[in-house]
Amino acid sequence: MSRITLYRVGVIAAAVLLLELLCYVRVIDRITMQPPHQIVRDLFVILASGKQNAAILKTLSNASIALSLAIVVGILAAVALHGYRTVRETLDPLFATYYAVPIFAFYPLLIVLFGLGDAPQIGIGFMLGVVAVIVNTLNGLDRVPRVLRKTARIQRLGTIETALKVALPCAAPYVLTGVKFAVAYSLIGIIGAEFIMSRGGMGYEISFAYNNFDNATMYPLILLILIVSISINATLSWWEKVLLARRGL
Amino acid sequence: MSDAHVSLRDVTKVFPAANGGEGLHALGPVDLDLGKGEFFAVVGPSGCGKSTLLEVIAGLTPASAGTVEFEGWRVDADIPDGIGVVFQEDACFPWLSVEQNIAFGLRKTALAADAKQRRVRDVIDLMGLGDFAKSYPAQLSGGMRQRVCIARTLVTQPRLILLDEPFGALDQQTRLLMGDEVLRLWRQTGATVFLITHALDEATMLADRIAVMSARPGRLIDVVQTNWPRERDSRIVERAEFGAITARLWKTLREESLKTMALKGAGQAAEPA
Repeated sequence: MSRITLYRVGVIAAAVLLLELLCYVRVIDRITMQPPHQIVRDLFVILASGKQNAAILKTLSNASIALSLAIVVGILAAVALHGYRTVRETLDPLFATYYAVPIFAFYPLLIVLFGLGDAPQIGIGFMLGVVAVIVNTLNGLDRVPRVLRKTARIQRLGTIETALKVALPCAAPYVLTGVKFAVAYSLIGIIGAEFIMSRGGMGYEISFAYNNFDNATMYPLILLILIVSISINATLSWWEKVLLARRGL
Repeated sequence: MSDAHVSLRDVTKVFPAANGGEGLHALGPVDLDLGKGEFFAVVGPSGCGKSTLLEVIAGLTPASAGTVEFEGWRVDADIPDGIGVVFQEDACFPWLSVEQNIAFGLRKTALAADAKQRRVRDVIDLMGLGDFAKSYPAQLSGGMRQRVCIARTLVTQPRLILLDEPFGALDQQTRLLMGDEVLRLWRQTGATVFLITHALDEATMLADRIAVMSARPGRLIDVVQTNWPRERDSRIVERAEFGAITARLWKTLREESLKTMALKGAGQAAEPA
């Protein structure tokens, strides 16, 4: 383990210990928060009992659908936009200001369009994630050296083959950055939407537990979301590091 | 239809101006015939259109006027089969290993998998890359990466190899040694080679014929026959004729280079302070 990794683990461990201590000496009372070891124990109890399995499954599967759609649509849109300069220049201001728009404000519209099921929540997760993928993929495609595109032409590759075999692999580290953002945004979108208007999912369960002072459910579910999000991002960061290392970066 | 392996007739390239005004006349008119298996080099001042000429022959850039034929077939927007290009810039795919980079050249070939593998292995051995087959380009020196690009071109067994200042980024010793390798490969493959270079000694050492291009718009203003034997290597620089040929090339090129510099100087002077 590198020294930097040790420092990072040390900072997290120190923060957890501090919380533990503050809970122990009652600076943080039990109604506000349980000590971290209790949260971990409650999470094991929840997972072992299976009582939140339906909520967990609903949130993670909806987030997976939203993320997958954001990745596929985002990459396809970026590849298409990269070939059409005028369309891209027209849409640039939209991309630049996209995250200033409160996407959750469109929730009623999505309910009108898609009904009361999971679709509006997936829509929010998708809308939050897709532009991060588009912007980062475009950024990567802009950096594909001209000589590689010329090489693709000499190898007589068509437009789609050039995108799949040359441009996107070359832009892969940037695409991965977009995917990392999309993971976080999709999860935020799904859980946020479940908070606002849903009868299930982890967001709904956290909200319900919060309103009923049920810390034994709320904090473990928050911890689970953190674990899922951080694990996916750590895996993607590791992959990104491998790709960059191959390129001597 | 010409009997030449590659034939250019009145080839001109004008890049249109962005504002709809008068375009930039970069090249031509150029007339040229390359014999099958000939090693032909082009030297010229910076910005005279050497690379444009190569791209027109490769089909990467369409000519504004005139015709280019390769093996009797007209080269237009479609890149003809049988042409390989090695660029000056590093064109290795950084996400692929040396072996995968070379195999990439065979993607479009209708060969069985084991035949492809055998051909890749042969080219790796030919280029002396055996110890680096599993390495990534970032782990190699500039010269080795250029060898990978040459190998990726050779694996397709092109009948016409276009080299666009392929040793431009290499040091002098590596250039000479790479020159030896190119000569060896040229003899082994029997391909026609068209080399663009700014190094007069490199052109003199490698080519059967050397053309000097004028300042922009680039035209061929002199063609020098070297009369070297086919079996040759970098030791040819020791010959007395080597100096004479290089001197003749420089005499013509010097005037053109001065014209280019004068143009640039005039351009700079015209620019507001």
